[in-house]
Amino acid sequence: MCGIAGYHGHLPPGKARALLERMCAAIAHRGPDGQGIHVESEAGLGHRRLAIIDLSDDGAQPMANDDGTLHVTYNGEIFNHVELRAMLEARGRSFRTASDTEVLLRLYEEFGTECVGHINGDFAFAIWDGARHRLFLARDRMGVRPLFHTTHEGRFYFASEAKALFAVPGITAEIDPVALDQIFTLWAPIAPRTGFKGIFELPPAHLMIVEDGRTEIRPYWALSFPDAGDVAGDDAGDDAGDRGNRPDAELAEELRALLEDATRIRLRADVEVGALLSGGLDSSIITALAARLAPGRLRSFGVTFDDPEFDESTWQRTMAEALGVTHHAVACRAGDIAGMFPAVIRHCGRSVLRTAPAPLYRLAQSVREQSVKVVLSGEGADEIFAGYDIFREARIRRFCTRQPNSKIRPHLFRRIYPYLPSLQQQTPDYLAAFFGVGADSPEDPLFSHLPRFRTTAGAKMFFSPELRSTLAGYDAAHELVSLLPDDFRRWHPLHQAQYLETRFLLPGYILSSQGDRVAMAHGVEGRFPFLDHRMVEFASRLPPEVKLKGLREKHILRQAAAGLLPPTIANRPKQPYRAPDSASFREEGYAADLLSPAAIADTGFFNPATTAKLLEKSRRSGLSGFRDNVAFVGILSTQLLSKELSKTAPCGA
Amino acid sequence: MSETVHSQVRTFVIDNFLFGDHGTPLADDQSLIENDVIDSTGVLELVSFIEERFGIAMADADIVPANLDSVARIVSFIERKREPVN
Repeated sequence: MCGIAGYHGHLPPGKARALLERMCAAIAHRGPDGQGIHVESEAGLGHRRLAIIDLSDDGAQPMANDDGTLHVTYNGEIFNHVELRAMLEARGRSFRTASDTEVLLRLYEEFGTECVGHINGDFAFAIWDGARHRLFLARDRMGVRPLFHTTHEGRFYFASEAKALFAVPGITAEIDPVALDQIFTLWAPIAPRTGFKGIFELPPAHLMIVEDGRTEIRPYWALSFPDAGDVAGDDAGDDAGDRGNRPDAELAEELRALLEDATRIRLRADVEVGALLSGGLDSSIITALAARLAPGRLRSFGVTFDDPEFDESTWQRTMAEALGVTHHAVACRAGDIAGMFPAVIRHCGRSVLRTAPAPLYRLAQSVREQSVKVVLSGEGADEIFAGYDIFREARIRRFCTRQPNSKIRPHLFRRIYPYLPSLQQQTPDYLAAFFGVGADSPEDPLFSHLPRFRTTAGAKMFFSPELRSTLAGYDAAHELVSLLPDDFRRWHPLHQAQYLETRFLLPGYILSSQGDRVAMAHGVEGRFPFLDHRMVEFASRLPPEVKLKGLREKHILRQAAAGLLPPTIANRPKQPYRAPDSASFREEGYAADLLSPAAIADTGFFNPATTAKLLEKSRRSGLSGFRDNVAFVGILSTQLLSKELSKTAPCGA
Repeated sequence: MSETVHSQVRTFVIDNFLFGDHGTPLADDQSLIENDVIDSTGVLELVSFIEERFGIAMADADIVPANLDSVARIVSFIERKREPVN
């Protein structure tokens, strides 16, 4: 796990080395254990190292093959490196180090660009193939590790984070208005677009070849679901999957075996591996499996809040005691979020709509303070086993839409949002109206996500007339629809909803702003057993009803985990991970400065007068609505980012 | 009187939900939900405004879009509730 950077094109060697050093320095937080640079006439590679496997200098990068025709700079882990090494040795390849980096090199020697299909791992890498004059880049299937790129003055540049690209003289950081519209609708830019104009990311599960001044980008894997069949309706087609005649117990058994193996290979490291433990079902399962598999005493880490609305510390303690793991709880207080937020936005490199990345940034800091640099995480289970509220919400909306005048059915909405007081107090008429019953067409491919997109996009009311005019009617949701695969409409509604979450929000927000960027800010690597592609493929083929059984989320996962967890945790309803949003900034002076009419007018993205009223409402009574909080955090983070960019504007040179 | 109710309601909706953005056209009969003016928290803010400003106690059964989902409906609801007093 590390930071990578480099270029393809001609640069004088002296200049090239200095440039790569600057690029690496910009992402030094990703790899505090060492730095390496390799320069040739047509390409240069840089590497910041976080040593995890083969801690010796043998594992240093960029690494060359025997005759020096190949060089690799690589960020991430190949979890099946042991098996790949054995397979390559059986095919006659010999190894000179114990590192997984060499496995990648040999794999490329053996299979060329097809090598990615063999890897079970989280990775972003670049291989300079000097004999072919070709730069080959690739990114893992789910989008755990980042890879940004751009072209400038005829040269191709890449790096783990956009920051490193801004170290190149002439490449400037400018907020992309279209990305703002995407964030203020979908919560994340749609890859390859990033938060910055002219800076792109290689989408997850894609590879890229830069050769003879041409670039080719193509997928090597894709998330997919089986056809639902021809029967219409929500419950119909629930057997869309390759269940065959297999009973739940058998599916659960296979799931358990896969999850154990996915966890086992993610414990491979020459340093201590810890576990993130939120107290929820998913991280508890992973921690429980790891506690059984890990040699010695497993250490777990969790974040706690003062406000009982967000705090899960009781559950963390219950689980830690049941498993006999040593649990480290780190408190995140309202003031902490405001204090950390500028650094969090600097690392995320884009606007965000929630403060949720901040406590995770604090958590990673605490993990690092305990000298742990690798942690397992339960992230991904909610996507692949349908744990999020949005899946249940969509099912209820379909159910209500069949009888739009029912006064009984809308009560179900209250059941899935017990933690939202404002919904508990609503009449069925209002509940139906809020969730678009009767207004949203069940045939809309975005049906499951329409209320979320609509409410989020409500925050665009704060966009300035200039920004609106630049966007000229652009609609992020419309673009999203254009990117859906051809067979999307044939999938079961639950699978359509899962695709939208897993393909877009997971890499675009969860794994980046709440994942890689905040963890790697402290040189901490997250590993995600639920996102092992074997697990993802297995889950995608499961019939919808074993994932979301009625309104019971992650049914099959709960069954698979039977016996692993204390019953109180095994049967615990989902509590989404949330953190205090605008309330975190009520006492914070910088928020008022950045949201002042002068500061808002200066950046030009938002309307100074309405933003002033938003700030005033926040001070007067606090903001309790979703739209208001999204707007507040979204505007504040955009302002912070603008301020950060203006500081670093005349970079490099 | 009704002009006063109307202007008070309109001002509240624009200030509180549109943050004083008079540039956004808001017709009196426009749905507040369908136009993303109001969310579930907003409805409760609206109820609290009606109760406090106009001294009307709102029963659960009163809190329905038929009574509250546009400026015109809110005004008419308030006037209906106030009639016995006048």
